[in-house]
Amino acid sequence: MVESLYKKRFDGRKNNDLRPITAKVGIVPSADGSAMYQSGKTRAIAVVRGPRLLHPKHMENPQTGILRVTYQMMSFSVWDRIKPGSSRRGQEISKVSEWALNEVVELEAFPNSVVDVIIQIPQADAGTRVAGLNAAAMALAQAGVPMKEMISAVAVGKMDRTLVVDVDKNEEDFHEGEGPTDVPIAMTSRSNKIALLQLDGKISVPELRELTKMAKEGCKKINEIQIKALREPGKEIKA
Amino acid sequence: MEERKIIIPGETIVSGDEFLPGDGARREGQDIVAGKYGLAEVNDKLVRVIPLSGVYVPRRGNVIIGTVVGVTFKGWLIDFGSHQNGFLNVTEVPRYVGRGELRDHFDFGDVVCAKVFGTDGGNIDLSVKLRGFGRIQGGQLINVNPNKVPRVIGKEGSMVSLIKGATNCDITVGQNGVIWVVGDKIEDELNARKIVEFICENSFLSGLTEKVEEYIKKDLKLEIKQTRFENVEAVSESPQEEQ
Repeated sequence: MVESLYKKRFDGRKNNDLRPITAKVGIVPSADGSAMYQSGKTRAIAVVRGPRLLHPKHMENPQTGILRVTYQMMSFSVWDRIKPGSSRRGQEISKVSEWALNEVVELEAFPNSVVDVIIQIPQADAGTRVAGLNAAAMALAQAGVPMKEMISAVAVGKMDRTLVVDVDKNEEDFHEGEGPTDVPIAMTSRSNKIALLQLDGKISVPELRELTKMAKEGCKKINEIQIKALREPGKEIKA
Repeated sequence: MEERKIIIPGETIVSGDEFLPGDGARREGQDIVAGKYGLAEVNDKLVRVIPLSGVYVPRRGNVIIGTVVGVTFKGWLIDFGSHQNGFLNVTEVPRYVGRGELRDHFDFGDVVCAKVFGTDGGNIDLSVKLRGFGRIQGGQLINVNPNKVPRVIGKEGSMVSLIKGATNCDITVGQNGVIWVVGDKIEDELNARKIVEFICENSFLSGLTEKVEEYIKKDLKLEIKQTRFENVEAVSESPQEEQ
């Protein structure tokens, strides 16, 4: 067995440690539901509006309400300014977040209508889509949208041969040896189903199995914080 | 009764075969699981989740207050803050309205008090045929969270008659969270608004009626008179009443 080149994490965490988390529910008074989720330097704000009338009309579904997720990074969220507005990456993340959240919401009682979820990233340090999902799940719950269970997400990864939880930007740019592999995973809180799994990089099957296990542990910790934040709306919960 | 606890979707409220899942709850094996964010209430064997937030879901028999946002050949579209607009058919108004006369009867922007008489087929059908329904003129509209409406009404309309007694205003509570108050003087209406806001802010307190009485007497320095029960019919028929 060759030893991994990534021996110690840049910020001194243990391999299965999460970054410090801050969560707050109810940050936008005009919205039906809203939440903030911060993991290390990555911060996500999610706002939920609806169920409400759906425009454009051709998207209406008479069987069930639909979910519409919009993910956007703010122009100042990273070192190089990013162009605000719709981007190819943003559209993809919106779509996968929508699929993940669709696993838990139940909108059959609201036909022809839409629940809008707006995810904004004011500060990014890798793992923005999982932070967005964590915030969105809290915001949806606070908005009173019927949900089967909650969703928690974490980005696990492989730096050279080391498996780690909650990858940050420094680690994502670790290009020695086998290089970085980034695996964002979203899990449901009760049935522990995988609602989102993306993979960027190279990995073997046993390693991916191990990573899924680590993600499950991480999601459990995140879920506890989400529950705490929802029990005390308006209060910042730190862990 | 034990204290109600905030429950998160997917959380087990109680465990056991004897319990029955009510609104916002479901059974999963032994457990009764929450399907909504809210307060858990275990009443005897019935377990339900009282929502704290969320849009108003119309039920048959509800009284709503909304705005006309559309006029079609057959009736009016009423926006009352639900996930869908309600439809008020021309045949559901007390007098004959001919073709092309719809805008003379209810026009865009008019505020209408109506009753929900059906919610099936994907439509929310409204009616203004009964007494006390129709266009609203004068007075003030107060918007509150629709989930707090049962609190504003009180047990069998007790809170409404309390506000009436204190301010001498006529009050119609729409289940969608719109409250219409009409008084002789604008001060009366403003007092009624203050009381409603007080109720909504303190809706989680137990013994709310006494607290509201105290607020009326001490803070607003008003006298509570016995009220004549007028127009309460529109209020107390709601099926969603709680203590």
